[in-house]
Amino acid sequence: MSLTTDDVRHVARLARIALSDQEVEALRGELSDILAYADKVGEVAAADVPPTSHAYPLRNVYRDDTPQPSLPADEATATAPQAEQGRFRVPRIVEEP
Amino acid sequence: MHPLVAADAVGLQRLLKAREVSATEITQAHLDRIADTDPHVSAFIRTLDQAALDHARDIDRRLSAGQEVGALAGLPLALKDILCTKGVETTCASRVLQHYRPPYDATVVRKLRQADAIVVGKANMDEFAMGSSCENSAFFPTRNPWDLERVPGGSSGGSVAAVAANDAPLGIGTDTGGSVRQPAALCGVIGVKPTYGLVSRFGLIAFASSLDQVGPIARTVGDAAELLEAIAGHDPRDATSIPTEAPDLHSALEAGVEGLRVGVVREFMGEGMADGVRQVVTAAIDRFAALGAEVVDVSLPHAGYGVSAYYLIAPSECSSNLSRYDGVRYGLRVDGETTEQMMASTREAGFGREVKRRIMIGTYALSAGYYDAYYAQAQRVRTLIIRDYEAAYAGCDVLVSPTSPTTAFKLGERAADPLAMYLSDVYTIPSNLAGAPALSLPVGLDHDGLPVGLQLMAPVLGEPVLFRAARALERELAIDSTPRGPGSLAQVAA
Repeated sequence: MSLTTDDVRHVARLARIALSDQEVEALRGELSDILAYADKVGEVAAADVPPTSHAYPLRNVYRDDTPQPSLPADEATATAPQAEQGRFRVPRIVEEP
Repeated sequence: MHPLVAADAVGLQRLLKAREVSATEITQAHLDRIADTDPHVSAFIRTLDQAALDHARDIDRRLSAGQEVGALAGLPLALKDILCTKGVETTCASRVLQHYRPPYDATVVRKLRQADAIVVGKANMDEFAMGSSCENSAFFPTRNPWDLERVPGGSSGGSVAAVAANDAPLGIGTDTGGSVRQPAALCGVIGVKPTYGLVSRFGLIAFASSLDQVGPIARTVGDAAELLEAIAGHDPRDATSIPTEAPDLHSALEAGVEGLRVGVVREFMGEGMADGVRQVVTAAIDRFAALGAEVVDVSLPHAGYGVSAYYLIAPSECSSNLSRYDGVRYGLRVDGETTEQMMASTREAGFGREVKRRIMIGTYALSAGYYDAYYAQAQRVRTLIIRDYEAAYAGCDVLVSPTSPTTAFKLGERAADPLAMYLSDVYTIPSNLAGAPALSLPVGLDHDGLPVGLQLMAPVLGEPVLFRAARALERELAIDSTPRGPGSLAQVAA
């Protein structure tokens, strides 16, 4: 498994991580090595084996539908880098028409 | 060393109940010990001296008034800085959470408070629990009390080093691929990864949700049992929490191992293990036979694929879990012109090398065209590993292996080679994949005077037999867990 620098930049974009050119080059080698090792899972013939997502199977975990106090908005936004009127403030996402 | 910091938790409880010592005295002795040792060990990101003493005085007041106190009353505890503490910085050893003060307590923290354990500090760790040496902390590395030039292991290296350094009799860590057991082995203490779902993950900052589990750290098996009983049990706030009571570990703790079938995992005794580890572990396993257990050879044929499967499953889950650090709701924000630039710059500045590496692997493994070959295939291998364990437990009560293929390594030794670091967890990862409990017990020192850990494993919810087997061997071996020898903490802090 060998990645190109374009592969690394594409994945970094998907993961929303800005990277310097040096970091891209270092990660290209490291990720290639790690994925080559991880590739060993492909040696196992397991096409007919069901995948396990959680080791202890619990299904349909419900609780009673009773109202309970939740975190007040002012406490939830108190940890935000920028908040306004009980809301999180971010740069503009949607452009004016 | 002050006798109160040399004592184990059960011993301290006895003294407190007999009113021979106060919770305040116990707490002060440990805070003094931390002041002596932590300049050398760096186990704590922050200590909580005032809060600890306030809690201790409140316990003493209640004891004087004849009121109830909790099951862990007055016992100092080192808490890994990955569990949310209301109003107190919880950093995960990351710059992205450096100033984060959670608005709520983790369920484990709430249970510890109800049990009246004294949280003396928030312990250092590898950033977001990703690492096996504690060198990935964004702040500073922690050092091994047995040799200050060596790593304590990780990721729960701070909690484990604190317990080994007698800063606290009890510690809390988390174990996703060995992060409690491997440092416990390298620092000569007991570390437990309970059954997945036995201890609530509510308020535990997520790394890999299908593998993460909170576990106790202590210097005796009995102390670890007390701590696990206090934190275990169903939590409606964690949908993966098993609807069961906390296990009763004490009634069978001293029952011994006569007639028990102990399986030695063949695949974990092969190449890649240091000679010193092999000698000490083999001698310990022989003692099981001397105690009347039947020692048999067993095979986990797919265990050798555990590390490969883990390094697809854990990074995949981590890439999803860590998407929440986007500069919007909490933690660091680095401004940018657009929201996407703001997020990308925040994550560039906020995450360290290893965390970025794992997010990238996971993002790649989950991306279009690769999902089935990587993530889905790793989950199928996970099923096969679970079946291997089921087959092994058809003929055994517990399984044993080394905890780690080597003893503690030097700081910096593996920092440049991520894959070599990942292989530190080759014997511990399969238990996480299977969701089953496992425990590391110190069983001796290698020729360099460094601790060696034996890993004991049991089936899902098999904690009673796991602790029983560990206690039998602990009693037989009577290991002295005090760090000693050249380069150790004993040379600089009496």
